[in-house]
Amino acid sequence: MPSPRYWREIPARFRLEAVRCKSCGKVLYPVRQICSGCRGEDLAPIRLTPKGKVITYTVIRTPPDDFLMEGPYAMAIVETPEGARLMTQVVDGDPEAVAIGTEVDLEFRLVRKEARGGILCYGHKAVPAG
Amino acid sequence: MRDVAIVAAGMTRFGELWESSLRTLWADAARECLKHARVDRVDSIVIGNMSAGQFVGQEHLGPLMADEIGMTGVPAMRVESACASGGAALRAAYFEVASGASDLVLASGVEKMNDGGDVTAVLASAADQEYEAYHGITFPGLYAMIARAHMAAHGTTEAQLAWVGVKNHRHGALNPRAQFRLEFSLEAIMSSTLVADPLRLLHCSPVSDGAAAVLLCPLDRAAKYTDRAIKIRGSGAATGTMALANRQDISFLDAVHRSAVQAYEMAGVGPEDIQVAEVHDCFAIAEICCLEALGLVERGLGGRAAETGETALGGRIPVNTSGGLKSKGHPVGATGIAQAIEIFEQLRGEAGKRQVRDARIGLAQNMGGSGGSSVVHVFERV
Amino acid sequence: MSGIVGYGAFVPRNRIRSEEIANQWGKDPATIERGLLLKEKSVPGIDEDTITISVAAGRSALSRAGIDPQRIGALYIGSESHPYAVKPSGTIVAEALGIGPELHVADFEFACKAGTEAMFVALSLVNAGACEYAMGIGADTSQGAPNDALEFSASAGGSAYIFGKKETLAEVLHTYSYTTDTPDFWRREGRFYPRHAGRFTGDPAYFKHVLAATRGILERSKLKPSDFKYAVFHMPNGKFPLAAGKKLGFTPEQMETGWLVNTMGNTYSGSSPTGLAAVLDVAAPGDRILITSFGSGAGSDSFVLQATSRLPVRRDLAPTVRSMLDAPRRYLTYGQYAKYREKIILND
Repeated sequence: MPSPRYWREIPARFRLEAVRCKSCGKVLYPVRQICSGCRGEDLAPIRLTPKGKVITYTVIRTPPDDFLMEGPYAMAIVETPEGARLMTQVVDGDPEAVAIGTEVDLEFRLVRKEARGGILCYGHKAVPAG
Repeated sequence: MRDVAIVAAGMTRFGELWESSLRTLWADAARECLKHARVDRVDSIVIGNMSAGQFVGQEHLGPLMADEIGMTGVPAMRVESACASGGAALRAAYFEVASGASDLVLASGVEKMNDGGDVTAVLASAADQEYEAYHGITFPGLYAMIARAHMAAHGTTEAQLAWVGVKNHRHGALNPRAQFRLEFSLEAIMSSTLVADPLRLLHCSPVSDGAAAVLLCPLDRAAKYTDRAIKIRGSGAATGTMALANRQDISFLDAVHRSAVQAYEMAGVGPEDIQVAEVHDCFAIAEICCLEALGLVERGLGGRAAETGETALGGRIPVNTSGGLKSKGHPVGATGIAQAIEIFEQLRGEAGKRQVRDARIGLAQNMGGSGGSSVVHVFERV
Repeated sequence: MSGIVGYGAFVPRNRIRSEEIANQWGKDPATIERGLLLKEKSVPGIDEDTITISVAAGRSALSRAGIDPQRIGALYIGSESHPYAVKPSGTIVAEALGIGPELHVADFEFACKAGTEAMFVALSLVNAGACEYAMGIGADTSQGAPNDALEFSASAGGSAYIFGKKETLAEVLHTYSYTTDTPDFWRREGRFYPRHAGRFTGDPAYFKHVLAATRGILERSKLKPSDFKYAVFHMPNGKFPLAAGKKLGFTPEQMETGWLVNTMGNTYSGSSPTGLAAVLDVAAPGDRILITSFGSGAGSDSFVLQATSRLPVRRDLAPTVRSMLDAPRRYLTYGQYAKYREKIILND
C-alpha cells in the first residue's frame, strides 16, 4: 500500500472512527458522506468499541504474497456493538477455533509490511476476547 | 430499441496457454467469430477485460486489439467489471446495436492470467482494497465466508459443495474447449487441499488464459450472416455492496437477484421458462447462491440441487453444461462471453454431447467480485 | 505533587519455554532454569512490535486515567526495537491513542532503560509545568541472537505511564539517575542482534549502576529499604535483580510482586516499568515503592513512589499484568518462534 493511500485511512484504521446516520441510525464504517441505508447526509462521528462477534469466517491457507509468512490465518467479518462490520484477521489463537458467534476484542496490530523496505501498515485485528 | 441477435461466435480453448499472449488470444477468438459470419469489418469493438494492466502490464486494449486484426480506425474500447467484464461487454455491445448507433458490433472478452503475476493479489483487487484486501483476504476467502454463512443459514453441507464440482466436471469432460476435461469423484473433491475453509482446491475455478467473441447485429439483418440467429431477449445488470462485510445477508447475492429480475422483465419470461443456464461458479458456493438469486431453485436449496442431479444434464434445469468456470476454466474477462457462447450453441443445437434437448430459452449470468456486480442475459432461439 | 495518573501494561499471548530453546541448541534445560531462573518468556506475534505494544499499554493507561487524550502534551517511547530506524514510533502511537497534534513526541533508546528515561522526561515536563499531562512508555520486542544466552530472556512487552499533578494513583516522591560510559552490551546500526561482553555485564555494569542509583535515591530521600513495601529492579534474568536487592538490604517479599522475569522474560525497555505496573496492580494506599532500571552502556534511573487512595479505585479499569502472564497462553515450538521472530531469512 503506497503511503499516501495508507495515510488517508489512518483515522479509520487507527481509531476505528465511523459515523452514525442521524436519520436512520445506521453506523457506517469507514466514514462516508451519504448514508447507505437512507441516503441521509446528517452523520455524527462516533468511535467504534474495539470488540465484537464473528458473523462469518474462514481460514486463509493460500495467502497473497504479502501475507505468505502469516499463513494459515483466520479471517472474519466482525460486528461491533454499534452494528458496524469489519473484515479482519483473527490472531493469537488456533485459527480453526474461530466460529460464527465467537466473541473477540480488536487490538492494534501490524497489518502489512510493504516490500523492499517500504512502510509498515497498521490497523486492527481480532483476538480472543479476554 | 431494436431487437438484437448474436450471429456468430468464436473462442479459444481455455487453459494454461503458455504459447499465447494477450493479443494473440484475443485475435484468435475474434478471427474465428468474424470468419463464421464472413465479415471483414465491424462498426465497433467492445473488449471485456478485468486486469491486463496488472496481469501483463498492458492497458489501452481498444487500439491494441483493433490494430491486431487489421481494423485500425474502428472504435474499440475496454469494459471492466472484474470477473463480470465479459458480461458487461456483451451488455454494452447489445445496447449499442439496440439503440441504432451501430449495426455490427464485436463483443469480446480476454484474460491472460498465466504470465508470471501474483494472481491472488490481482484478483483481490476486485475486492475493496482499503478495507478487505488490505487485511489479507483473498477471493477464495471471501467465497468461503459466503459458504460459512450459507451453511449456517440453510444447512448446506460440504458434500453438497463438492457435488457442484462433480456435476460441472462431468459436463466439462464433454467440452473440447475446457481446461480440465476430466471427472472428479466426490471423495477426490472432498479430500483435496484446503484453500480457504471450507473451500478446497477442487471447489475453486482454475487460473486460465483464454478469449471469446460474439458478433451482434439487429435481428432483422441477422439472416445476412447466419440462418440460426439467437436473439438477446433480455439484459439485466446490477450492483451490490462492494465489501462483503456491508452485505446485510451474506448468504444471498442481491446483485444477482436484481440483475435477474431486470433481465426476466425485459424478456417477459420467468425463471420457470429457462431451459439451460450458465451461471457464475467461480467457486462451488457461488453456483449455489447464484441459482437461488436467479430463482432457478428455491432459496436455501441450491446445495441440494447439485446433489440430487436437478441441475445436471438431463435434470430439471441443466446448469453449466459447458463445465462452468470450474471445469471449462475462468479467464476472468473472457468468461461472460464464453457463457453466452455456450447458450448460443445450446439454443442452436450445436452443443454435441452436452446438448440439452429442444432448448429454446437460455440464460447466462456473470458476476464480479464477491457479488458486487452481476450481469444476466436471456437468449432465445428464433 | 506530580505522579502517575494512569498506567497500563501489555504482554503478548505467545510464549516459548526455556526447555524448548535449550533443546534446540543441545543445552541442558535444567541448568538454564536453575542458573538464570527463566522458565519461559513472552514472544511477539508476527504482527506485534514496539508500536502495537505501546498502543495496547497506552490504551489501558488512558482507561485508568480517565482523561481526555487531547490533554496529553508529550509522548515519549523508550525502546531498543523501534520498528523504523528513521521515522518515529511515537507519531503512530499518538494517532492511535487520539493524542495530538498539539504534542511533543520523541523516541528514546538507552538499551534496557529507555522506558524509565521516557518516564523520567515525561514526569519532568509535568513538574516543570510545560504540559498538563505527559506519557512515557517503555516497550520492546527484544532481540537475542540464536544460540546466545540472551535468547532465553529476550522477550516482548511494555508499559505506559501518564504523569500529571492532579488525581494521581501514585505520587513520585524522588528520582535519581546514575550514568557512566560502560560498553557492556550494544548493537551497531544495521545489525540484527545485540552483542554483549559476557560476565562484564555483571559487576561493572548491572550491579555497579543499580546499586549506585538505588543507594543514591535512598540517601537523597532519607529512606531505608525497610521503609518500602515493594522494590523493582531491572530483570535481565532471574538472578541479577534478586542478588542486587539482597545486597541493598531488600527482602524477597518486597521483590516478588515485581519480579516477573521467570515467566515474562526480559522485556528490555519494558522490564522494570512492567514490574512497577504489577506492583501498582496490588499496592495499597500509602505503600512506598522503589524502582531502579538499568540500561547497558550504562546507567540506572531510580524512582520512589507512594500509592494514593485513588489507586484501588482506578486499577480495575484495565487488565493487570498478572492476568496477562497467567491468562491462556500459546506455546510455540522453536520453529514457530524462529518464524515469528523473523529468524528465518529469505534470501530474496
